[in-house]
Amino acid sequence: MYAGGRQSTSNRNLATAANGSSSAAVAEVSRHAPPRSGKFPHRLNFYEQPPTEEITVEQFEEWAIDRLRLLADIESAQARNKSFEEIKVIVGERAKMYMPLSSDTARSVDVEAERKKDQYSHFVLRLAFCRSEELRARFLKVETTLFRIRFETDDLTERRRFVDSLNFGWDVVGQQEKQELRAQLAAAMRLRDEDKLGAESFFKVDWTQVTDLVSQRKVFLRAGKAYVPSKEELSLVLAEFQNRLYRGLEMTAKALPRLDEDQRLLPVLEHLSMGFQAGITSEYVFSTTGDGEEITAEMVPDLARQSFPMCMRSLEDTLRGSKHLKHEGRQQYNLFLKGIGLSVEEAIVFWRKAFKLITDDAFNKNYKYNIRHGYGLEGSRKNYSPKSCQQIITGATPGPGQAHGCPFRHYSEANLTSSLLTTYGLSGSDTKDIVSAVKSSHYHLACTRLFEIQHAKLGVAKGEGLGKGDSVDHPNRYFDRSRALYKEQREKETSEEGKVKKEEAMDIDG
Amino acid sequence: MPGLPPHNTAVKAEDGPALDDLFADDDKPKLPSAEATLATMSDLSNPFVMLTYYRRCFPFKQLFLWLNHGQVPTRQFTHREFAMNLPNDVYIRYNSYANAEEMKKDVVRLNPARFEIGPVYSGRPKDKKVLMKNAFKPLLRELVFDIDMTDYDSIRTCCKDKAMCKRCWRFISMAVKVLDETLRNDFGFNHLLWVYSGRRGIHCWVSDPAALALSDDQRRAIVNYIEVIKGGAKQDKKVNLPRPLHPSMLRALETLNNYFPRVVLEDQDCFKDPEQWETILALLPDRKHAEELKKEFEATPSKASAERWKSLLQIKASNELTLRKHRDFVEDIKLQYTYPRIDTEVSKKLNHLLKSPFCIHPGTGRVCVPLLASQVESFDPSAVPTVGQLLMELEELARSGGSVGNGGVDDKTGWEKTSLRPYVELFEKYVEGLVKEGVRGRKEEKAESMEF
Ligand SMILES: [Zn+2]
Repeated sequence: MYAGGRQSTSNRNLATAANGSSSAAVAEVSRHAPPRSGKFPHRLNFYEQPPTEEITVEQFEEWAIDRLRLLADIESAQARNKSFEEIKVIVGERAKMYMPLSSDTARSVDVEAERKKDQYSHFVLRLAFCRSEELRARFLKVETTLFRIRFETDDLTERRRFVDSLNFGWDVVGQQEKQELRAQLAAAMRLRDEDKLGAESFFKVDWTQVTDLVSQRKVFLRAGKAYVPSKEELSLVLAEFQNRLYRGLEMTAKALPRLDEDQRLLPVLEHLSMGFQAGITSEYVFSTTGDGEEITAEMVPDLARQSFPMCMRSLEDTLRGSKHLKHEGRQQYNLFLKGIGLSVEEAIVFWRKAFKLITDDAFNKNYKYNIRHGYGLEGSRKNYSPKSCQQIITGATPGPGQAHGCPFRHYSEANLTSSLLTTYGLSGSDTKDIVSAVKSSHYHLACTRLFEIQHAKLGVAKGEGLGKGDSVDHPNRYFDRSRALYKEQREKETSEEGKVKKEEAMDIDG
Repeated sequence: MPGLPPHNTAVKAEDGPALDDLFADDDKPKLPSAEATLATMSDLSNPFVMLTYYRRCFPFKQLFLWLNHGQVPTRQFTHREFAMNLPNDVYIRYNSYANAEEMKKDVVRLNPARFEIGPVYSGRPKDKKVLMKNAFKPLLRELVFDIDMTDYDSIRTCCKDKAMCKRCWRFISMAVKVLDETLRNDFGFNHLLWVYSGRRGIHCWVSDPAALALSDDQRRAIVNYIEVIKGGAKQDKKVNLPRPLHPSMLRALETLNNYFPRVVLEDQDCFKDPEQWETILALLPDRKHAEELKKEFEATPSKASAERWKSLLQIKASNELTLRKHRDFVEDIKLQYTYPRIDTEVSKKLNHLLKSPFCIHPGTGRVCVPLLASQVESFDPSAVPTVGQLLMELEELARSGGSVGNGGVDDKTGWEKTSLRPYVELFEKYVEGLVKEGVRGRKEEKAESMEF
């Protein structure tokens, strides 16, 4: 459990990810059978207690990635409009492999280890996803779904014990009010017989807390309050889970700038959030070897001149010039290179050679990991995808000394014009075309026009784009199309050579 | 010079921004002749008509207070989007103003056919182009509803399409009654303003702070809670409610029971023609009963709806389930013919735009006047003043030598001396309540923050 020294991560970081309140969720003494785990008395968790034990960096990352698989499944299923029941099945299967979470009654299972992994991975991802409002909203949505799946599949007695332990302090409708509203409460529950209300208890909450029940007309409303029967507790619990996690994420985001004590965690966190972002937003499916052309580290500079879009060309040039790339640049370029078919071994060779000013030791310690990680989650559908134009264009604006981003979006006009001249020898009407596209915010069209110019010698005409007038929407598509054009050209040349030889032969014969 | 030429000699130039400044060139719009008539004053294609209305009659100050909930301009007004519908279908979005004066000036400058009100954004809408995307998000917006007579075309018999009469209006009355009850009793909203849309519909603006802050999800929940009539023209059964009925449905039914005989059976005579009663009989759960009624109705082609309804209510069955099904059916039919039919899309989104009160309906020339739910039954849409009428009233006032005011934002003499007055006064009184609560709310907030 504990790995000391260099490998261990301080739990103070994870404490940052807690929402500040440390009052709730203390294991209460149960009248029933004692819980299996003293530290984690419940299978379900509201994640109000930050982890307190040290874990290794490897665990830190592995556990988070395992959780990320479940969350990415949920998100992609939701994006494809799968029903909750379908998502439940998908996630249930996936959880068996990567993150089982058993009830107290499960035999021969280390429930404490399972719950610990659940708790730590949640808090790691909180750190990774608290950085932007968009990421927070997405994280909130998928985590709530995951919680709901677990809540619905929880053992009833254990679930009761869990909910009771939370002490929500919901406003309970008193006997007298319940008596007065009997008819309405029964009707809202669709009971024909008021007597069937029996011992059902009701909570009174703001109607906005249970919008799903209001939508379905399943609760009685009076003056803005919803009277929620305890059998509809799920809605309330979910609302509460969501509210607390929302607040927790905001507090984590505020506390995050102080999280700089462990530099090794930052790249991990960034990769995690990137993986989540790339998960379903990019539709680009890359195939590592299009035509059996194996790409090696040595080939990259030539390919960059021939076939890279300007954003990647600029990263390559910067890397050659300054022998270094800053973090965002490395991310963008590494995934692109992966996309063009550079294997992880070749990628490490490529980067090692490029970072000329850095010792092997420093490289292994600080960068190798990043590169390998960009290739991570191997064999899984949720591979980190190369960034799309949209991601690059809307991503972080490059600051001083940074070379990532989209030149058409992020360069000044003067800078763009001079780069087009020095890098591509462009001037006059060609430059004008590109600049005017940029001015009307049509960065894709500017890039497409450059593609046409760059490949004019291969017969690409103005307006043809990547074929049939398609414009550039992904750097790797730019590359793929360029390679395909070169391949066509080569094939044409060889067949023409053959033809010539044949004709010569005939000449001799005749 | 302000006012209606050429009878404006009493007004001095320094009384306000002169119309001549706005149309300094020679081709400024003019009324056709000194003998202005109701016809010339009602001609909306003459820019002068709307211009005069905005300058003299439109209650900008009151509109400002209504949106702002207080005298001192806050973001609730300054960050509010106004969209201008200019003649020739030009549509200018993301206008915003520092105060009522600035707004009036710009409306007079643009002279739109009408304008719409959107949400309060996190930044000033007029700065939208220079703001980062993150800094420009809709934050607040009244909860709005739109009821339009077109949604009643399948059940009303007195008028069709754009037409609208007093009898049709009773459908609107019922709808308003039920919606008003639901929004107040169930959701606890208190500040509901109803606005006649100028032709054949009505809008509702809910201005409680809690309503303004509703998210899209919450708005959608309210709409789902309220919406009962579903399915297009092709679908006969438009009401499918689980039993027993939800308390809000029971209450609606109780309210609507008072209207059903008068409006549906008498006024509209909804089950008179075969194609009408056939629709109903097709929905009857007891097929045998339906067959009998069909024979009876066919034999009595001139029978009134009330009689047919009576026969329909009588059922001979003795088993409890059949009786219950029949009872449910009767309830469903009543709801199908009386329950509010709302345009749900209008209400679901925080950033929906809706025509401002006191605009002029381009088709009828009528003012979109506010009213309270309690007045809706006695409200007569055909008695609502038209812009032509109002301008004629001002014209006559000027001819008789009366003061026609300066046309400034506080100038009450415009609307005050016309038949628009009761509507503006009602609006003022309504807004007063809203402002009072706003003041109270701000004081409480202040007290709380002091304690903290
Ligand atoms: Zn009518």
